[in-house]
Amino acid sequence: MSDAPAHSVAFVRKTEIPAKAPPVAETGVLKWIKENLFSGPFNTIMTILGLLVIYYLLSGLIPWIVNGTWEGADIRECREILQGSGGGCFAVISDRWPQLLFGFQYPDYLRWRPTLAFLLLFLAVPPALFVMFLPRWTLIATAIYPFVAYWLIWGGTILAPLMSAVALIGGYMVFKTVEKGGFVKGLAAGIVSAFLILWIGGFISTAGANVLALEPVESRAMGGFMLNMILGTVCVSLSIPLGILLALGRQSKLPIVKGFCVVFIEFIRGVPLITLLFVANVVLAYFLPPQANFDLIIRVIIMITMFSAAYIAEVIRGGLAALPKGQYEAADSLGLDYPQAMRLIILPQALKISIPGIVNVAVGLFKDTTLVSVISMFDLVGMIRGPILSSTDWVGVYWELWAAACILFFIVCYGISQYSQWLERQLRTDHR
Amino acid sequence: MTTAADPPSAEGFRLGQLINDTRYRSYTFQAIALLALIFGFSWLAYNASQNEQLQANGFSYDFLFAPAGYDINQQPIPYTSQDTHLRATVIGAINTIIVAFLACVTATIFGVIAGVLRLSNNWIISKLMAIYVEMFRNIPVLIWIIIIFTVAANTFPPISEFRIPRDGSDPERTLLFGMFAATNQGVFVPRLVFEGLGWLVAVTFLASIAGVFGWRAHARNKLYSEGTVVPVLWPSLAILFVPTIVVYFVLGMPVSLESPEMGRFRFEGGFLLRPSLIALWFALSIYTGAFIAENVRAGILAISKGQTEAAAALGLRPGRIMSLVVLPQALRVIIPPLISQYLNITKNTSLAIAVGYMDLTGTLGGITLNQTGRALECILLLMLFYLTFSLAISAIMNVYNNSVKLKER
Repeated sequence: MSDAPAHSVAFVRKTEIPAKAPPVAETGVLKWIKENLFSGPFNTIMTILGLLVIYYLLSGLIPWIVNGTWEGADIRECREILQGSGGGCFAVISDRWPQLLFGFQYPDYLRWRPTLAFLLLFLAVPPALFVMFLPRWTLIATAIYPFVAYWLIWGGTILAPLMSAVALIGGYMVFKTVEKGGFVKGLAAGIVSAFLILWIGGFISTAGANVLALEPVESRAMGGFMLNMILGTVCVSLSIPLGILLALGRQSKLPIVKGFCVVFIEFIRGVPLITLLFVANVVLAYFLPPQANFDLIIRVIIMITMFSAAYIAEVIRGGLAALPKGQYEAADSLGLDYPQAMRLIILPQALKISIPGIVNVAVGLFKDTTLVSVISMFDLVGMIRGPILSSTDWVGVYWELWAAACILFFIVCYGISQYSQWLERQLRTDHR
Repeated sequence: MTTAADPPSAEGFRLGQLINDTRYRSYTFQAIALLALIFGFSWLAYNASQNEQLQANGFSYDFLFAPAGYDINQQPIPYTSQDTHLRATVIGAINTIIVAFLACVTATIFGVIAGVLRLSNNWIISKLMAIYVEMFRNIPVLIWIIIIFTVAANTFPPISEFRIPRDGSDPERTLLFGMFAATNQGVFVPRLVFEGLGWLVAVTFLASIAGVFGWRAHARNKLYSEGTVVPVLWPSLAILFVPTIVVYFVLGMPVSLESPEMGRFRFEGGFLLRPSLIALWFALSIYTGAFIAENVRAGILAISKGQTEAAAALGLRPGRIMSLVVLPQALRVIIPPLISQYLNITKNTSLAIAVGYMDLTGTLGGITLNQTGRALECILLLMLFYLTFSLAISAIMNVYNNSVKLKER
């Protein structure tokens, strides 16, 4: 606007000064350290304490791991190799690894079968876990898996699991055909025909006991981490449908059904799992027909399934309660009857809300399968406490074994809980 | 206008309505459910009546009054092996309550500290706490109990190292502060000894605690009704300690701390925390503490940042923001899961049987059951106890929960 005389200003900068680098203490690592570790006297003390704890833990742990030995047939050889270097005697793990995984009674030459079943688990589970990303037909793998896994682990003729599968499919098809005349009729017809096929199938599989037969293994021979995995997967998958039924029953308007569900759920949630396992161990046999010879693993599966079903029912009840009342009313105003409203409108939403809770119950249940060691079943904990630690070869080798048990459980449980958190983020439909 | 309901059918009631008419269908279902229930239970009862073992034994609780004949290592009330199974059961129940109470208190402390520290700005501390939480949450509590039991029973020094050698030289180890000794037999701690009127001191102290709460309520009433600020901190401390100290000296110091003393072979006096108690107590509190930490963290995160900012805009200092605005709201979120954690602790104390702590599962569900062979009776009683105990805890905690709950119209 004004053209000031050039001489009145001694110097006019024509270019912008390049930005100076910020002070060293205000950038990068240093700034991060200052802000996150030494922002005040209290924080500094905490940081130093934290570093001390880490140092203390690592100074104990690292020599133990680094100096440890994986060779040696028993504790004496191990001590000779270690020469008092303070390392761990991991030889016990390499020596007893198959026992830790399969128990001490599962035949050596058949261990490939549970291993194969375990590997197949990685084919069968993803379709169910990542159902939104994989095509729906892959769910067939999940559906077939239980029968294949039973056949592989327990052995016997393939006809037995095949007949159960046929019974399920047959029952479902009958249900689908009759369902048009009403859900209840369809359900009843489906169940009856499934049992009918199962009954006939029983004769067929007894007659053809050698068709594609694998060498049978008794339930008593199951042990080690395999037992934990079997109990965990079987009981969780059985208890989800049961839990849904209990949750619906608890919400029902029919007083008898509701009363039964409430008493059942509150009773189971009020007593420790160990007492239920005692029931499975000593009492349940009183209440089952004397001639029917249920072995311990089946009785334990029954009790653990009831246990986790009660917890899952409470989770699902939370999901049902979280749905706005308008959803129920909308279903009613569309003229849907109870089964239709539940299957088409209420349950899909309620289950979606409950999935993280169900996964938490599943993790808790998987951890609780270690309790079977108390009723003298040889799961991973039972194997370590019983046959391995009491053998003269490995007496007094605690830390290595318990560390192995901790790592096995940690991998599975941490994996599942990470999945649950991921799923929670996937299912979040609000905008944040 | 159309009529809202169909006119009542003139034909009267037909059998088909039981299935097809929604007014009657629920009765049909109920009847079917009832029949199924009756059938199921009578099937179970029939099987039980056919069972040879049950037929031979009958069903009776007479065994409770027979001599137990086994020893219990932790006896909160006097007990000898000549006493009845009933007394052994009661001791087991008291031991269950002791360890459940101790574990609930320490688990809450661990949990609150870890939960708050996990939200800390300090990177190292928050990561350490995250590791603690994930590590303990993802490994079965049974394994933790056994590991800690192994530590307590195998890595602590034997009592002999505390013994004064014959030549009168110093022993290998001395008591920590002259009071505590960690040995492989358990940890020896000092014990409070009440003589004569000593119980009055304890009563005074309990009354003082009630007095502190009274004073705080009084201060709050004054503030809300008159707007006068009554000092709380110093009067509270005075109410808490002065009467107790006065009573203590007036009665001539009747309460003393009895430290364990090394005798010729073993410690005398003091109180012995056995490895089984330590394992159960510590494992349960550190395991459940990890869960409580997550609840606490979720509770604090659930309070929206706007609340903190609004309080700051009102001019509250950070300490007051925490105590007046954030914590009361966070507590509402924290308490319901906290109740279920307490219930979990109570139920998990039954794992005592794995390390030989004589709780209810160890006495009634363990030795008594094995000695008498009365499995059905023992397990029924056992379940009944846990059920009552769980329901009582959840009832008490629900009363508290209702008192802090958001009061809506």
